[in-house]
Amino acid sequence: MSISPLALGVLGLLGVGFYALVVSKNLIRTLIALQILVKSAVLGLLLAGTLSGKLQLAQSLAVTAIVADTVVAVVGMAFAVQIRRRMGTLDLRDLAQLRG
Amino acid sequence: MTAVLVGAAILAAIMATRAARLLSSALWLAAVSALLSVLFFDLGAPQVAVIELSVGAGLVTVLFIFAINLAGEAGKPPAAVVPAWLAAGIAVLVPVLLAALAAFEAVATPAEPGPAFAEMLWQQRGLDVLVQIVLIFAGVLGLLGLLAEVEAPLGRSAVKEVVARREQDLLALESAARKEEVRV
Repeated sequence: MSISPLALGVLGLLGVGFYALVVSKNLIRTLIALQILVKSAVLGLLLAGTLSGKLQLAQSLAVTAIVADTVVAVVGMAFAVQIRRRMGTLDLRDLAQLRG
Repeated sequence: MTAVLVGAAILAAIMATRAARLLSSALWLAAVSALLSVLFFDLGAPQVAVIELSVGAGLVTVLFIFAINLAGEAGKPPAAVVPAWLAAGIAVLVPVLLAALAAFEAVATPAEPGPAFAEMLWQQRGLDVLVQIVLIFAGVLGLLGLLAEVEAPLGRSAVKEVVARREQDLLALESAARKEEVRV
């Protein structure tokens, strides 16, 4: 069974997104990592739809995923801007109030 | 062709995570989005491709640049708390495990083509559309948060605030007048 380059793309983007999510300390960089992860998920959805012959269902789910992802990004950016204004930093370690 | 596009998308994603400036990060993310929308079109999903291109590469990029403008660039380069080898291990392990999971599943048999995209979205997945409407409303509220002023809301109502300031001004005027009288 040959592996589709699209499947490799899904896995590659997933890896890059996870790495960025784990490593990033800046709030906006975390949002960018989330965007990459969701893009990989949408590509995976459409690939699965093509393979199973249910591309229309996959498309409607992909549209929902894109909308939800955009809203998450917008709310995250609003958080980032307000946090920067009130606390003067975007570093996630500085923002953590719990010390242990 | 597909392989080249996929490789370019992964490269752009890596650049988006490694770019020194947040602004170039956002632009690389737009590049990922544009490349992926070509792939979506190639897969036979033109509607999703259009939405990905206009929302992912357009709207989100504009919003990111706007937010970076407001919030400012990161000052110091981030020093990772999680060691790099652990992060890389997670990043490799998760996709590999997912791929193994998918490989063990039988490849789904192609079904007969279902209803058209519009019917699927508006009738069979009507609940999703409702959820999208709610989400868009949440997004609008988020944008208001993005644009909101920094000052905390007034403790008293605005009318009381204005009246109190007027009274203070009057008191100041009276005391000034009294000083004038004393001097005369």
